Amino acid sequence: MNASRGDNAMETRMKTPTDTPMETPGETGAATAEGADAPRPGTRRRRPPLGSQRFGLAIAFLLLVAVFAAVSPEFRTLGNFFDVTRQVAVTAILAAGATLVILTGGIDLSVGSLVGLTALVSVAASAHGLPPVVALLLAVAAGAFVGLVNGALIARAGLSAFVVTLAALTWLRGVVYVGTSGGAVFTKDAWFAFFGQGAVAGVPMPALITLAVFAGCGLLLRRSVFGRHVVAVGANAEAARLTGVSVPRVLTRVYVISGVCAGIAGVIVGARLQSAVPDLGGGYELQAIAAVVLGGTSLSGGRGGIGGTLLGAMLIAVLVNGMTLLNVSSYYQLIIQGAVIVAAIALDRLRLRDGR
Amino acid sequence: MPVRTPEPLRTDEPLVRMRGVTKRFGGFTAVDHADLDVHAGEVHVVAGENGAGKSTLMKTLAGVHALDSGRILLDGAAVSIPDTATARRHGIAMVHQELTLAPTLSVAENIVLGREHRTRTGLFARARARDEAARVLATLGARFSVDAEVGELSTGEQQLVEIGRAVAEGARVLIFDEPTAALSAREAAALLDLVESLRASGIAVLYITHRMEEIQRLADRVTVMRDGRVVASLRREEATPEAIVTRMVGRPIGALYRRARPRPRDQVRLRVTGLTDGGYVRPASFEVRAGEVLGIAGIVGAGRSELVRLIFGADAAASGSVAVDGRRVAVRRPADAIAHGIALVPESRKDQGLFLDLSIAENIALAGLTRRPPRMLRPGRLRAAAGPLVARLGIRCRSVDQPVGRLSGGNQQKTVLAKWLSLDPKVLILDEPTRGVDIGAKADIYALIDDIAAQGVAIVLVSSELPEVLGLSDRVLVMREGHIVAELSGDLLKEDIVMQYATGADTAPGRPAA
Repeated sequence: MNASRGDNAMETRMKTPTDTPMETPGETGAATAEGADAPRPGTRRRRPPLGSQRFGLAIAFLLLVAVFAAVSPEFRTLGNFFDVTRQVAVTAILAAGATLVILTGGIDLSVGSLVGLTALVSVAASAHGLPPVVALLLAVAAGAFVGLVNGALIARAGLSAFVVTLAALTWLRGVVYVGTSGGAVFTKDAWFAFFGQGAVAGVPMPALITLAVFAGCGLLLRRSVFGRHVVAVGANAEAARLTGVSVPRVLTRVYVISGVCAGIAGVIVGARLQSAVPDLGGGYELQAIAAVVLGGTSLSGGRGGIGGTLLGAMLIAVLVNGMTLLNVSSYYQLIIQGAVIVAAIALDRLRLRDGR
Repeated sequence: MPVRTPEPLRTDEPLVRMRGVTKRFGGFTAVDHADLDVHAGEVHVVAGENGAGKSTLMKTLAGVHALDSGRILLDGAAVSIPDTATARRHGIAMVHQELTLAPTLSVAENIVLGREHRTRTGLFARARARDEAARVLATLGARFSVDAEVGELSTGEQQLVEIGRAVAEGARVLIFDEPTAALSAREAAALLDLVESLRASGIAVLYITHRMEEIQRLADRVTVMRDGRVVASLRREEATPEAIVTRMVGRPIGALYRRARPRPRDQVRLRVTGLTDGGYVRPASFEVRAGEVLGIAGIVGAGRSELVRLIFGADAAASGSVAVDGRRVAVRRPADAIAHGIALVPESRKDQGLFLDLSIAENIALAGLTRRPPRMLRPGRLRAAAGPLVARLGIRCRSVDQPVGRLSGGNQQKTVLAKWLSLDPKVLILDEPTRGVDIGAKADIYALIDDIAAQGVAIVLVSSELPEVLGLSDRVLVMREGHIVAELSGDLLKEDIVMQYATGADTAPGRPAA
């Protein structure tokens, strides 16, 4: 019994000496399939569950909070907490959209410039006397439209996400300069300013909007069919395609969502400043990506989640806030920020290796 | 979607008729006017050598490739199958060699992927997906949780998920592409049982394989393909191994393994002592003499590639030593091995052996550049250096500036060999040197191995093609589960003896290795 079973396994890889694949230049794909490296039986790809990573991040976050709370009385106030949420809102909202994009294995570098554009759109709309809600909708529509353009170029035309959104980062900034003629645009509408400066029951509007965005994206990602498709495309796009998932549609949609998030973030920034300046939002895209990566979402796609992203964004915001309260020079803050991101991810790697 | 109860069997009328199906890739005709009928409740084996067009023909049915001409009739009506979604709507599903699963999603999510149900609130109906997955997997005899992450499952389990997805969709035609190739023996046996029960339930099974035992056990009908054409369609009783092989090969088997080299010299070129990775690969000791070809045989997963990678420093050894020409050499990384005259032609040339976008000349020069880095690269000199090797190995190309990715598999493999030969290695390790290589190039590579050995190089040959190992080697080590279990030479170089050791039936004669 043993022998015959073994024979089977042996025979599987034993070919006759007269194997005659017709190798032709155009057929390399078929040749790979025929002689492909088969996964070895019994081996399992070990990957740690995502939960453990977020657990580690949560511990780090709580530690940081505890340390700052211990050394800084100002840090401990509710007012300061709301300051942190106001600071984190824009990055976090952009990071929520970026999470979906990165889960598909893509990247969206355009959101910083897009915040500049949507802030301009909303402020300008408000300055022209349009109601705040209309200003908001216009900004979101502008964001969605740019996301649609990016998504179509990436998903339908098959261009690289990095290149398409890098180009968008540039041309959108150009549009903002054209729109502002290089100067600032102001609005005096107090109701519009409410999006960025107001509060409901003491909770700042930006914090409420952030919560709403994360709740929406979380629901979308975890509970909707679309969310399953986002993960499937990132994990194995070819498998998703062969299973009947419309990969281009999924890809287009994530860039639209990223654009919508940029629209919302733009309104918050514009409302907070009650103005739009040409260089608004520059570099925000990298902060958002940093939060996503810190939150444990894999840049190669298919693995990660929205909860980690929120934690990642909060961690950076608390770090900045605490250091500012402790009078750390803003120059050094940048150095420390970068070091913390690398350290967090390196620690994570080490932990995974030990866990094997 | 519930598991569809199959239609009553109508074995007289084929469920699928393929007529004159032709598929070209560029100027190359992969499938040429192929006809094929499949009935419900039968297993129809499609046999043929690598590259005969089996997979391509099946992929036109599964909607992976759109056909260039010909017709497909389903239940007697012509259908167009431009994509996989359409194929699936027609109840045609394919279990690919490279499984089409999303590794980070759960079993249940994969089974409903692409046709998910929604709750009344529009969300993903998770509970329903789990129920459906559990029901289908139970009928397939699966024993893992529907919540398991697919990437954590074994290959065989992943295949069950893929089959489960097809069954859950109500597939009437199920295509398997060499399904046992990647499976362990136990998983393979279970799969064959499963295929039989799928047939009993009325599903039309198309089964690509070139394994005779599977054909004997499963086939109700065998279609043999060669060079893109259907050369025979045999009923079960006609489908003897001889009949199939004759049609598969279609030409006489020449003297592939000619030996022109003299007997190995006494000088030991490579000595490996107690080499281990500290895990799967048990401490291994052996020596290879100048002019000798040492074969390493064993089933997939026996640790052969892992062992030779240790010699080359591609993976780190935990303990043990390697000596070349009597001098112990410290091999911590491939660069050390190369510096000491050890070369490795790796298992997968596309992933590990070549830069597909670089030219032939650049690929050949690359190994030498790391050893003797010049200050400036001179394209003329690279070309001049590559020329003689290209000629010696018979690499067929328009010029040495051609990107390697444009060459055929055989010529790519010769380029890898040329790269290492440019360094005049003392020890040449070949890991599956003829995988995916056509017969002509194979014969060339065999002659070349003989020629290199004749010049005094010690050759270590790892291959899953037993005739190749036996035909080329002076001695053969057999590995099983990380151990070297036997060393065979002379009269003991027989397929059945090697297999007995490789599979663990240890009653064979020969000298068990220490």
